[in-house]
Amino acid sequence: MQRAVQGTRRLGGLSVILCLGCLVAAAQEDGAARKIVVDGSTTVGPIAKAFAGYYMAQNPDVNITVSESGSGNGAKSLINSTCDVADLSRFMKVKEFEAAVANGVCPVAHVVAMDGLAIVVNPRNPVQELSLAQVRDIYKGQIKNWSELGGPNVAIVKISRDTNSGTYETFESLVMDNEKIAPDTEYVGSNGAARQRVKSTPGAIGYVGLGFTKGVKRLLIDGVEATKENVASGRYPVARPLFMFTNGYPKLGTHLHAFVTLHLTSDGQEMIERKGYVPVTSYPAKARLVNDDES
Amino acid sequence: MTTNPSIAPIGPGGAGRLAAPRSLLLSKRASRLRRVLALLGHGVLFLIASSSALAVIFIFFFIARDAIPFFRLEGFKEFFTGTAWYPTHEPPVFGALPIFVGSGLVTLGAILVAVPLGVPAAVCLSDVLPFSVRQYVKPVIEMLAAIPSVAFGFFALVIFTPLLQEHGGRVLAGVWWVVATPLVALLVFVLSDVVANWVVGEARHRAVRVLLAVLMAAAGAWLLFDVGGRFAALTISSGTNALNVSIILGLMALPTVVSVSEDALQAVGRELREGAYALGSTRAEVLVRVIIPAAGSGICAAVILGVMRAVGETMVVWMASGNAAQIPQPWYNLLAPVRTLTATIAGDMGEADQSAGSAHYHVLFAMALALLAISFVCNLISEQVIRRSALKNE
Repeated sequence: MQRAVQGTRRLGGLSVILCLGCLVAAAQEDGAARKIVVDGSTTVGPIAKAFAGYYMAQNPDVNITVSESGSGNGAKSLINSTCDVADLSRFMKVKEFEAAVANGVCPVAHVVAMDGLAIVVNPRNPVQELSLAQVRDIYKGQIKNWSELGGPNVAIVKISRDTNSGTYETFESLVMDNEKIAPDTEYVGSNGAARQRVKSTPGAIGYVGLGFTKGVKRLLIDGVEATKENVASGRYPVARPLFMFTNGYPKLGTHLHAFVTLHLTSDGQEMIERKGYVPVTSYPAKARLVNDDES
Repeated sequence: MTTNPSIAPIGPGGAGRLAAPRSLLLSKRASRLRRVLALLGHGVLFLIASSSALAVIFIFFFIARDAIPFFRLEGFKEFFTGTAWYPTHEPPVFGALPIFVGSGLVTLGAILVAVPLGVPAAVCLSDVLPFSVRQYVKPVIEMLAAIPSVAFGFFALVIFTPLLQEHGGRVLAGVWWVVATPLVALLVFVLSDVVANWVVGEARHRAVRVLLAVLMAAAGAWLLFDVGGRFAALTISSGTNALNVSIILGLMALPTVVSVSEDALQAVGRELREGAYALGSTRAEVLVRVIIPAAGSGICAAVILGVMRAVGETMVVWMASGNAAQIPQPWYNLLAPVRTLTATIAGDMGEADQSAGSAHYHVLFAMALALLAISFVCNLISEQVIRRSALKNE
């Protein structure tokens, strides 16, 4: 783009009016690129916020705003061109793609990280491990008491994310096999709220992103621990990629391009690890090291 | 839009008729200008006054426009009678009955909290407390209305929920003791007196009276301990439930109930109070037999306004009701998590409007329409009740 600006300047030597017009156009384009609006998933939000802070520290003239309104709202913002980057914790739906194309927007996916859903219980709950089928039976309402799973005689309180969240859709497809969740399941509006409810409720079970397990107990699922190396290697059964969507692939050399490729840099991957997610990288080589700074 | 007769003398016609001094007469042009300006002023004021009415009509129209496609797609039966709510499942199921029941249950609970607290508080403010104290207490109660609902929700979720889970039984038992002890004591006094009169007549059989009183007191104490023990033995597995939300919504409706009831009680004339006292009534008799019945319709209106506050509240129920789309077993089980209309609309809107035209999008408008209809009916009733009370007071 810089070369293009220089080109217009050289041209401007020929005609003052043309030069002025081009400079105005270039300045406008530059100004637009200096503001990046990010919207979408509460799961991808922490990564986007870390990226934004990092990038704005490197480039003080760039302004990046990050909102977390859920995957669905993020996709909607991209469709309506009210954001530059849409964070999604699931892939874009066919209907959303259709709506985007109808609006002249061409969504391009960038896989920034991997995320596992940890199945969590209250720290005081002695149960250590469940099979994926048992988790499904709990949420289907067939297992109602922890004593059926070798725990204390406490009724199971099922916590789910709201149906508006990508986390819910991931859970529904990865764990529930699209069977119906029992009607007495409680719904909360964010990962933080799910953790809060599980943390304070003795009989609770819930599912959250790997970055939200502080203060609650992660269960082994099918004997596999919800750790980063297991998520990266695909052994852990409840895992998914996280996306940032842009309208077309961003022009090389722009701030937007640098922002959505930050996850490829070592600094970006460190930030992703620090937030409790799993970078898309040849991860097992340094698996031990990462496991140590687990939240 | 007729001209107010009281301002006619400054109009051109009035000035002419009065044959005022020359300086006060207006030229034809100036008078026409004035008339145009007056008309313009009227028009602008009318527009401003009717804007809120227009807003209501437009809201009704647009919500109905998006709600009708749902009924056309899915029909009425499932929405109003189905008990399974799976809007995102394939195929989706839109049984909203549990959500209506949830809204109703939470509202009922809020009334059970707000009315027994609010009406006596209003009575206390209007007839018991001295004027100087009332001037301080009333603003404090009304301050409750100024607390944002998200703050109430945060309190419900972070403080009240764990409290119910950890010490639920004891909390309920404590509330039972505080509320029931004076009531049972009052009941024992009154009942033993009535029964004694019925058994032995007006004659003075002291022993019989004492015996009856002791028996009644024993029965009352047994009732207190038995129910208290049952409450204490309860464990609340999930603190985000209908009870939690009912209590918080009750508190939120309290300022409305207190304020409007107090106004109604104040509106009962001084002569009625003084007449009752002059006939030898005690203060309790004046309150219970004269003033509260006289203000009855106003108190009803206060309760209805409080109900509307509870029905329409969103943030608190979304945060603290559990949002489980189930009909509690049994239906009055306040300890079960429930889902309300408002929370469903707020929680599902983000995903649903992705695919405008889908049933999930339109079902939320159908719910909004139902909600609008409910508050519309409530409003009409309270309006009617207030009008009747105004008539009665004249």
